[in-house]
Amino acid sequence: MRRFVLLTALLLAGPSFDAQAVATSYEIEGDAIAEPLTGHEGDAERGAALVADRTLSLCVLCHSGLVAPVHMQGNLAPSLAGIGGRLTPGQIRLRVVDMKRLNPDSLMPVYGGVAPGARVAGPWQGKAILTADEIEDIVAYLVSLKG
Amino acid sequence: MRPAVRCFGLAAPLLLAASVAHGIEQGEPRSGIAFASPETRAMQADDTANPGLFWVLDGEQLWAKREGAAQKSCGDCHGAASASMKGIAARYPAFDDKTGQAVDLTGRINLCRTRHQQATPLPHEGKEMLALTAFVGFQSRGLPMAPPADPRLAPARAQGEALFTQRMGQLDLSCANCHEANWQGRLGGSPITQGQSNAYPLYRLEWQGLGSLQRRMRACMVGVRAEPFDYGAPEFVALEAFLATRAKGLPVETPGVRP
Repeated sequence: MRRFVLLTALLLAGPSFDAQAVATSYEIEGDAIAEPLTGHEGDAERGAALVADRTLSLCVLCHSGLVAPVHMQGNLAPSLAGIGGRLTPGQIRLRVVDMKRLNPDSLMPVYGGVAPGARVAGPWQGKAILTADEIEDIVAYLVSLKG
Repeated sequence: MRPAVRCFGLAAPLLLAASVAHGIEQGEPRSGIAFASPETRAMQADDTANPGLFWVLDGEQLWAKREGAAQKSCGDCHGAASASMKGIAARYPAFDDKTGQAVDLTGRINLCRTRHQQATPLPHEGKEMLALTAFVGFQSRGLPMAPPADPRLAPARAQGEALFTQRMGQLDLSCANCHEANWQGRLGGSPITQGQSNAYPLYRLEWQGLGSLQRRMRACMVGVRAEPFDYGAPEFVALEAFLATRAKGLPVETPGVRP
Protein backbone atom coordinates (compact mmCIF):
# COMPACT_ATOMS: atom_id res chain seq x y z
CA MET A 1 0.00 0.00 0.00
CA ARG A 2 1.47 3.32 -1.03
CA ARG A 3 0.45 6.91 -0.65
CA PHE A 4 0.81 9.54 -3.37
CA VAL A 5 0.33 13.24 -3.50
CA LEU A 6 -2.49 13.85 -5.94
CA LEU A 7 -2.41 17.56 -6.47
CA THR A 8 -0.24 20.47 -5.63
CA ALA A 9 -2.53 22.86 -7.43
CA LEU A 10 -4.48 23.40 -4.22
CA LEU A 11 -1.41 24.86 -2.55
CA LEU A 12 -0.30 26.85 -5.59
CA ALA A 13 -3.64 28.36 -6.44
CA GLY A 14 -4.20 30.01 -3.10
CA PRO A 15 -7.37 30.78 -1.21
CA SER A 16 -9.59 31.30 -4.27
CA PHE A 17 -9.23 27.62 -5.13
CA ASP A 18 -12.16 25.46 -4.04
CA ALA A 19 -10.78 23.20 -1.34
CA GLN A 20 -13.71 20.82 -1.79
CA ALA A 21 -12.80 20.20 -5.41
CA VAL A 22 -9.57 18.30 -4.93
CA ALA A 23 -8.24 15.42 -2.94
CA THR A 24 -4.73 15.74 -1.63
CA SER A 25 -3.82 12.07 -1.60
CA TYR A 26 -5.07 8.63 -2.43
CA GLU A 27 -4.11 5.02 -1.75
CA ILE A 28 -3.43 2.49 -4.45
CA GLU A 29 -4.03 -1.19 -3.78
CA GLY A 30 -3.06 -3.46 -6.63
CA ASP A 31 -4.42 -1.77 -9.76
CA ALA A 32 -7.16 0.15 -7.98
CA ILE A 33 -7.97 3.15 -5.81
CA ALA A 34 -10.70 1.68 -3.66
CA GLU A 35 -11.88 4.83 -1.88
CA PRO A 36 -13.48 7.82 -3.62
CA LEU A 37 -11.06 10.74 -3.82
CA THR A 38 -13.67 13.02 -2.29
CA GLY A 39 -14.78 10.62 0.42
CA HIS A 40 -18.14 10.04 -1.27
CA GLU A 41 -19.56 8.59 -4.49
CA GLY A 42 -19.91 10.90 -7.49
CA ASP A 43 -23.00 11.76 -9.52
CA ALA A 44 -23.40 9.51 -12.59
CA GLU A 45 -25.62 12.01 -14.41
CA ARG A 46 -23.03 14.77 -14.13
CA GLY A 47 -20.42 12.19 -15.12
CA ALA A 48 -22.30 11.37 -18.32
CA ALA A 49 -22.29 15.03 -19.30
CA LEU A 50 -18.59 15.37 -18.47
CA VAL A 51 -17.64 12.30 -20.48
CA ALA A 52 -19.41 13.72 -23.54
CA ASP A 53 -17.60 17.08 -23.19
CA ARG A 54 -15.04 17.23 -26.00
CA THR A 55 -13.04 20.08 -24.51
CA LEU A 56 -13.06 19.38 -20.76
CA SER A 57 -12.80 15.62 -20.25
CA LEU A 58 -11.80 14.87 -23.87
CA CYS A 59 -12.83 11.19 -23.29
CA VAL A 60 -14.72 10.79 -26.57
CA LEU A 61 -11.78 12.04 -28.62
CA CYS A 62 -10.20 8.61 -28.07
CA HIS A 63 -12.87 6.27 -26.63
CA SER A 64 -16.01 4.89 -28.23
CA GLY A 65 -18.94 3.26 -26.42
CA LEU A 66 -20.00 6.46 -24.67
CA VAL A 67 -22.92 8.85 -24.97
CA ALA A 68 -21.56 11.02 -27.82
CA PRO A 69 -22.68 10.61 -31.45
CA VAL A 70 -20.75 7.75 -33.03
CA HIS A 71 -19.36 9.88 -35.85
CA MET A 72 -17.70 12.17 -33.30
CA GLN A 73 -15.98 9.43 -31.33
CA GLY A 74 -12.38 8.39 -31.64
CA ASN A 75 -10.98 4.89 -31.86
CA LEU A 76 -7.55 5.26 -30.27
CA ALA A 77 -8.51 3.58 -27.03
CA PRO A 78 -10.71 0.66 -25.90
CA SER A 79 -14.48 1.01 -26.09
CA LEU A 80 -15.95 1.89 -22.72
CA ALA A 81 -19.25 0.13 -23.42
CA GLY A 82 -19.93 -2.19 -20.49
CA ILE A 83 -16.78 -1.05 -18.67
CA GLY A 84 -18.65 -1.16 -15.34
CA GLY A 85 -19.12 -4.89 -15.82
CA ARG A 86 -15.45 -5.52 -16.59
CA LEU A 87 -13.66 -3.41 -13.99
CA THR A 88 -14.35 -2.62 -10.35
CA PRO A 89 -15.05 0.99 -9.35
CA GLY A 90 -11.57 1.14 -7.80
CA GLN A 91 -9.93 -0.11 -10.99
CA ILE A 92 -11.82 2.46 -13.06
CA ARG A 93 -10.82 5.18 -10.59
CA LEU A 94 -7.08 4.51 -10.87
CA ARG A 95 -7.30 4.39 -14.66
CA VAL A 96 -8.94 7.80 -14.81
CA VAL A 97 -6.64 9.30 -12.17
CA ASP A 98 -3.33 7.97 -13.54
CA MET A 99 -3.40 5.38 -16.32
CA LYS A 100 0.35 5.82 -16.80
CA ARG A 101 0.97 4.17 -13.44
CA LEU A 102 -0.29 0.95 -15.05
CA ASN A 103 1.15 1.61 -18.52
CA PRO A 104 3.78 4.34 -18.82
CA ASP A 105 3.43 4.30 -22.62
CA SER A 106 -0.33 4.89 -22.54
CA LEU A 107 -1.74 7.72 -24.65
CA MET A 108 -4.15 8.53 -21.83
CA PRO A 109 -3.29 11.72 -19.96
CA VAL A 110 -3.04 11.76 -16.18
CA TYR A 111 -6.38 13.29 -15.15
CA GLY A 112 -5.83 13.40 -11.42
CA GLY A 113 -2.34 14.83 -11.17
CA VAL A 114 0.07 17.32 -12.60
CA ALA A 115 1.16 16.54 -16.17
CA PRO A 116 4.71 15.33 -16.76
CA GLY A 117 4.71 16.71 -20.32
CA ALA A 118 7.19 19.36 -21.51
CA ARG A 119 6.22 23.02 -22.11
CA VAL A 120 2.85 22.88 -20.35
CA ALA A 121 1.07 26.09 -21.38
CA GLY A 122 0.62 28.81 -18.76
CA PRO A 123 -3.06 28.36 -17.90
CA TRP A 124 -2.55 24.65 -17.28
CA GLN A 125 0.70 24.69 -15.35
CA GLY A 126 0.56 22.91 -12.02
CA LYS A 127 -3.03 21.90 -12.59
CA ALA A 128 -4.73 18.58 -13.05
CA ILE A 129 -7.05 18.15 -16.05
CA LEU A 130 -10.01 17.32 -13.82
CA THR A 131 -10.89 17.98 -10.20
CA ALA A 132 -11.46 15.13 -7.78
CA ASP A 133 -15.22 15.86 -7.88
CA GLU A 134 -15.23 15.62 -11.66
CA ILE A 135 -13.26 12.38 -11.57
CA GLU A 136 -15.72 10.86 -9.09
CA ASP A 137 -18.68 11.90 -11.26
CA ILE A 138 -17.05 10.23 -14.25
CA VAL A 139 -16.23 7.10 -12.23
CA ALA A 140 -19.85 6.91 -11.08
CA TYR A 141 -21.04 7.11 -14.67
CA LEU A 142 -18.56 4.53 -15.97
CA VAL A 143 -19.43 2.14 -13.12
CA SER A 144 -23.05 2.38 -14.28
CA LEU A 145 -22.15 1.11 -17.76
CA LYS A 146 -22.79 -2.55 -17.15
CA GLY A 147 -23.38 -3.47 -20.79
CA MET B 1 6.42 -16.67 -24.21
CA ARG B 2 10.18 -16.55 -24.20
CA PRO B 3 10.65 -17.04 -27.99
CA ALA B 4 8.27 -14.16 -28.62
CA VAL B 5 10.33 -11.90 -26.39
CA ARG B 6 13.51 -12.98 -28.15
CA CYS B 7 11.90 -12.27 -31.54
CA PHE B 8 11.02 -8.78 -30.44
CA GLY B 9 14.57 -8.25 -29.28
CA LEU B 10 15.82 -9.13 -32.74
CA ALA B 11 13.19 -7.12 -34.52
CA ALA B 12 13.70 -3.94 -32.54
CA PRO B 13 16.87 -2.75 -34.32
CA LEU B 14 15.21 -3.40 -37.67
CA LEU B 15 12.18 -1.37 -36.66
CA LEU B 16 14.44 1.41 -35.50
CA ALA B 17 16.26 1.40 -38.82
CA ALA B 18 12.96 1.53 -40.67
CA SER B 19 11.78 4.47 -38.60
CA VAL B 20 14.99 6.36 -39.27
CA ALA B 21 14.70 5.73 -43.00
CA HIS B 22 11.04 6.58 -43.46
CA GLY B 23 9.66 7.84 -40.19
CA ILE B 24 6.72 5.54 -40.85
CA GLU B 25 7.05 1.94 -39.77
CA GLN B 26 4.25 0.45 -41.83
CA GLY B 27 4.51 0.95 -45.55
CA GLU B 28 5.12 4.13 -47.47
CA PRO B 29 4.52 7.71 -46.43
CA ARG B 30 1.01 8.82 -47.26
CA SER B 31 -0.01 12.40 -47.94
CA GLY B 32 -2.74 13.98 -45.88
CA ILE B 33 -4.81 14.33 -49.05
CA ALA B 34 -5.30 10.54 -49.03
CA PHE B 35 -7.30 10.93 -45.80
CA ALA B 36 -9.50 13.76 -47.09
CA SER B 37 -13.02 13.47 -48.45
CA PRO B 38 -13.62 13.17 -52.21
CA GLU B 39 -14.91 16.77 -52.19
CA THR B 40 -11.73 18.11 -50.59
CA ARG B 41 -9.56 16.06 -52.95
CA ALA B 42 -11.48 17.44 -55.93
CA MET B 43 -11.07 21.00 -54.64
CA GLN B 44 -7.30 20.59 -54.39
CA ALA B 45 -7.00 18.97 -57.81
CA ASP B 46 -8.94 21.65 -59.71
CA ASP B 47 -7.03 24.92 -60.09
CA THR B 48 -10.26 26.80 -60.67
CA ALA B 49 -11.64 25.50 -57.34
CA ASN B 50 -8.48 25.43 -55.20
CA PRO B 51 -8.55 28.67 -53.16
CA GLY B 52 -4.78 28.42 -52.61
CA LEU B 53 -4.28 29.50 -56.22
CA PHE B 54 -5.25 33.05 -55.23
CA TRP B 55 -2.15 33.19 -53.02
CA VAL B 56 -0.06 31.72 -55.84
CA LEU B 57 -1.25 34.48 -58.17
CA ASP B 58 -0.51 37.13 -55.54
CA GLY B 59 2.93 35.59 -55.10
CA GLU B 60 3.59 35.87 -58.82
CA GLN B 61 2.94 39.62 -58.58
CA LEU B 62 5.20 39.96 -55.53
CA TRP B 63 7.97 38.00 -57.28
CA ALA B 64 8.21 40.82 -59.81
CA LYS B 65 7.81 43.71 -57.36
CA ARG B 66 10.90 45.81 -56.60
CA GLU B 67 11.45 46.04 -52.85
CA GLY B 68 13.67 47.63 -50.26
CA ALA B 69 16.49 50.16 -50.48
CA ALA B 70 18.09 48.07 -53.23
CA GLN B 71 14.91 48.28 -55.31
CA LYS B 72 15.35 44.73 -56.52
CA SER B 73 12.67 42.15 -57.19
CA CYS B 74 13.05 38.43 -56.66
CA GLY B 75 13.01 38.07 -60.43
CA ASP B 76 15.85 40.59 -60.90
CA CYS B 77 18.22 38.01 -59.38
CA HIS B 78 16.44 34.70 -59.91
CA GLY B 79 14.83 35.27 -63.31
CA ALA B 80 11.75 33.29 -64.19
CA ALA B 81 10.54 31.35 -61.17
CA SER B 82 9.21 28.57 -63.39
CA ALA B 83 12.83 27.68 -64.12
CA SER B 84 14.86 28.91 -61.14
CA MET B 85 12.44 27.82 -58.40
CA LYS B 86 11.51 24.44 -59.86
CA GLY B 87 12.34 21.80 -57.25
CA ILE B 88 13.48 24.29 -54.62
CA ALA B 89 10.60 23.80 -52.18
CA ALA B 90 11.01 20.02 -52.54
CA ARG B 91 14.54 20.36 -51.11
CA TYR B 92 13.84 22.74 -48.22
CA PRO B 93 14.76 23.24 -45.40
CA ALA B 94 18.35 23.74 -46.55
CA PHE B 95 21.58 24.77 -44.83
CA ASP B 96 22.51 28.45 -44.85
CA ASP B 97 26.26 28.97 -44.95
CA LYS B 98 26.33 32.45 -43.48
CA THR B 99 24.25 31.71 -40.39
CA GLY B 100 25.47 28.12 -40.12
CA GLN B 101 21.91 26.99 -39.53
CA ALA B 102 19.08 25.17 -41.25
CA VAL B 103 16.67 27.57 -42.91
CA ASP B 104 13.19 26.97 -44.26
CA LEU B 105 11.65 28.64 -47.29
CA THR B 106 10.11 31.40 -45.19
CA GLY B 107 13.46 32.05 -43.54
CA ARG B 108 15.23 32.05 -46.91
CA ILE B 109 12.83 34.60 -48.37
CA ASN B 110 13.43 36.87 -45.40
CA LEU B 111 17.21 36.39 -45.71
CA CYS B 112 16.91 37.42 -49.36
CA ARG B 113 14.94 40.47 -48.34
CA THR B 114 17.44 41.63 -45.73
CA ARG B 115 20.64 40.65 -47.58
CA HIS B 116 19.81 41.46 -51.17
CA GLN B 117 16.76 43.71 -51.25
CA GLN B 118 17.71 45.62 -48.10
CA ALA B 119 14.08 45.34 -47.09
CA THR B 120 12.45 44.50 -43.79
CA PRO B 121 11.54 40.85 -43.11
CA LEU B 122 7.94 39.91 -43.82
CA PRO B 123 5.75 38.69 -40.94
CA HIS B 124 5.76 34.88 -40.90
CA GLU B 125 2.04 34.33 -41.32
CA GLY B 126 1.21 37.51 -43.21
CA LYS B 127 -0.48 37.54 -46.60
CA GLU B 128 2.68 38.51 -48.50
CA MET B 129 4.91 35.79 -47.04
CA LEU B 130 2.22 33.15 -47.55
CA ALA B 131 1.78 34.33 -51.14
CA LEU B 132 5.51 34.14 -51.85
CA THR B 133 5.97 30.70 -50.24
CA ALA B 134 2.86 29.45 -52.06
CA PHE B 135 4.22 30.78 -55.37
CA VAL B 136 7.69 29.30 -54.85
CA GLY B 137 6.22 26.01 -53.59
CA PHE B 138 3.89 25.87 -56.59
CA GLN B 139 6.93 25.70 -58.91
CA SER B 140 7.68 22.27 -57.39
CA ARG B 141 4.14 20.94 -57.54
CA GLY B 142 4.16 17.28 -58.56
CA LEU B 143 7.87 16.82 -57.90
CA PRO B 144 8.88 14.36 -55.17
CA MET B 145 10.03 15.71 -51.82
CA ALA B 146 13.80 15.40 -52.09
CA PRO B 147 15.58 16.45 -48.87
CA PRO B 148 19.26 16.93 -49.72
CA ALA B 149 21.96 14.53 -48.52
CA ASP B 150 23.67 17.40 -46.71
CA PRO B 151 25.39 16.24 -43.50
CA ARG B 152 25.28 19.80 -42.16
CA LEU B 153 21.50 19.34 -41.81
CA ALA B 154 21.95 16.29 -39.60
CA PRO B 155 21.89 18.16 -36.26
CA ALA B 156 18.65 19.98 -37.17
CA ARG B 157 17.04 16.77 -38.37
CA ALA B 158 18.07 14.97 -35.18
CA GLN B 159 16.71 17.83 -33.07
CA GLY B 160 13.49 17.73 -35.08
CA GLU B 161 13.09 14.00 -34.56
CA ALA B 162 13.70 14.40 -30.83
CA LEU B 163 11.01 17.10 -30.68
CA PHE B 164 8.67 14.96 -32.77
CA THR B 165 8.87 12.18 -30.20
CA GLN B 166 8.85 14.35 -27.08
CA ARG B 167 5.68 14.24 -25.02
CA MET B 168 4.38 17.75 -24.44
CA GLY B 169 1.71 19.73 -22.71
CA GLN B 170 -0.83 18.95 -20.04
CA LEU B 171 -2.10 16.10 -22.23
CA ASP B 172 1.45 14.72 -22.39
CA LEU B 173 1.37 13.70 -26.05
CA SER B 174 4.10 13.73 -28.70
CA CYS B 175 3.63 14.29 -32.43
CA ALA B 176 4.65 10.64 -32.86
CA ASN B 177 1.97 9.36 -30.46
CA CYS B 178 -0.65 10.30 -33.05
CA HIS B 179 1.07 10.80 -36.40
CA GLU B 180 3.49 7.87 -36.19
CA ALA B 181 1.78 5.28 -33.99
CA ASN B 182 -1.89 6.03 -34.68
CA TRP B 183 -2.13 7.69 -38.08
CA GLN B 184 -4.69 5.12 -39.20
CA GLY B 185 -6.94 5.99 -36.26
CA ARG B 186 -9.55 8.64 -35.67
CA LEU B 187 -9.44 11.40 -33.07
CA GLY B 188 -12.93 12.52 -32.13
CA GLY B 189 -14.18 11.19 -35.45
CA SER B 190 -11.54 12.88 -37.64
CA PRO B 191 -8.77 11.00 -39.46
CA ILE B 192 -5.41 11.58 -37.76
CA THR B 193 -3.11 11.31 -40.84
CA GLN B 194 0.66 10.94 -40.85
CA GLY B 195 1.23 14.68 -40.44
CA GLN B 196 3.17 14.93 -43.70
CA SER B 197 4.63 18.25 -44.79
CA ASN B 198 4.38 18.01 -48.59
CA ALA B 199 1.44 20.36 -49.25
CA TYR B 200 2.33 23.56 -47.35
CA PRO B 201 1.47 26.32 -47.32
CA LEU B 202 -2.06 24.96 -47.68
CA TYR B 203 -5.63 26.14 -47.62
CA ARG B 204 -7.49 24.77 -44.62
CA LEU B 205 -11.27 25.00 -44.75
CA GLU B 206 -11.28 25.32 -40.96
CA TRP B 207 -9.04 28.40 -41.26
CA GLN B 208 -10.83 29.86 -44.27
CA GLY B 209 -7.37 30.76 -45.42
CA LEU B 210 -3.86 29.70 -46.32
CA GLY B 211 -1.46 28.78 -43.54
CA SER B 212 2.06 27.53 -43.02
CA LEU B 213 3.26 24.23 -41.60
CA GLN B 214 4.29 26.13 -38.48
CA ARG B 215 0.73 27.39 -38.01
CA ARG B 216 -0.44 23.79 -38.21
CA MET B 217 2.16 22.63 -35.69
CA ARG B 218 1.24 25.45 -33.33
CA ALA B 219 -2.39 24.30 -33.49
CA CYS B 220 -1.37 20.79 -32.44
CA MET B 221 0.78 22.15 -29.61
CA VAL B 222 -2.09 24.27 -28.34
CA GLY B 223 -4.31 21.20 -28.65
CA VAL B 224 -2.14 19.20 -26.25
CA ARG B 225 -2.03 22.28 -24.01
CA ALA B 226 1.66 22.99 -24.61
CA GLU B 227 3.25 26.42 -25.04
CA PRO B 228 3.81 26.61 -28.80
CA PHE B 229 7.17 27.63 -30.23
CA ASP B 230 7.28 31.09 -31.78
CA TYR B 231 6.95 31.45 -35.54
CA GLY B 232 10.39 31.02 -37.07
CA ALA B 233 11.86 29.40 -33.94
CA PRO B 234 14.84 27.08 -34.56
CA GLU B 235 12.76 24.26 -33.04
CA PHE B 236 10.15 24.63 -35.78
CA VAL B 237 12.80 24.72 -38.51
CA ALA B 238 14.32 21.57 -36.98
CA LEU B 239 10.91 19.89 -37.02
CA GLU B 240 10.45 20.93 -40.64
CA ALA B 241 13.88 19.51 -41.50
CA PHE B 242 12.95 16.17 -39.91
CA LEU B 243 9.49 16.14 -41.50
CA ALA B 244 11.03 16.68 -44.94
CA THR B 245 13.10 13.50 -44.55
CA ARG B 246 9.97 11.69 -43.45
CA ALA B 247 8.03 12.94 -46.48
CA LYS B 248 10.77 11.97 -48.95
CA GLY B 249 9.22 10.84 -52.23
CA LEU B 250 5.76 12.29 -51.65
CA PRO B 251 4.76 14.73 -54.38
CA VAL B 252 4.73 18.42 -53.49
CA GLU B 253 1.06 19.50 -53.49
CA THR B 254 1.48 23.20 -52.76
CA PRO B 255 -1.03 24.72 -52.38
CA GLY B 256 -2.80 21.79 -50.74
CA VAL B 257 -6.39 21.83 -49.53
CA ARG B 258 -7.36 20.22 -46.21
CA PRO B 259 -10.49 20.13 -44.05
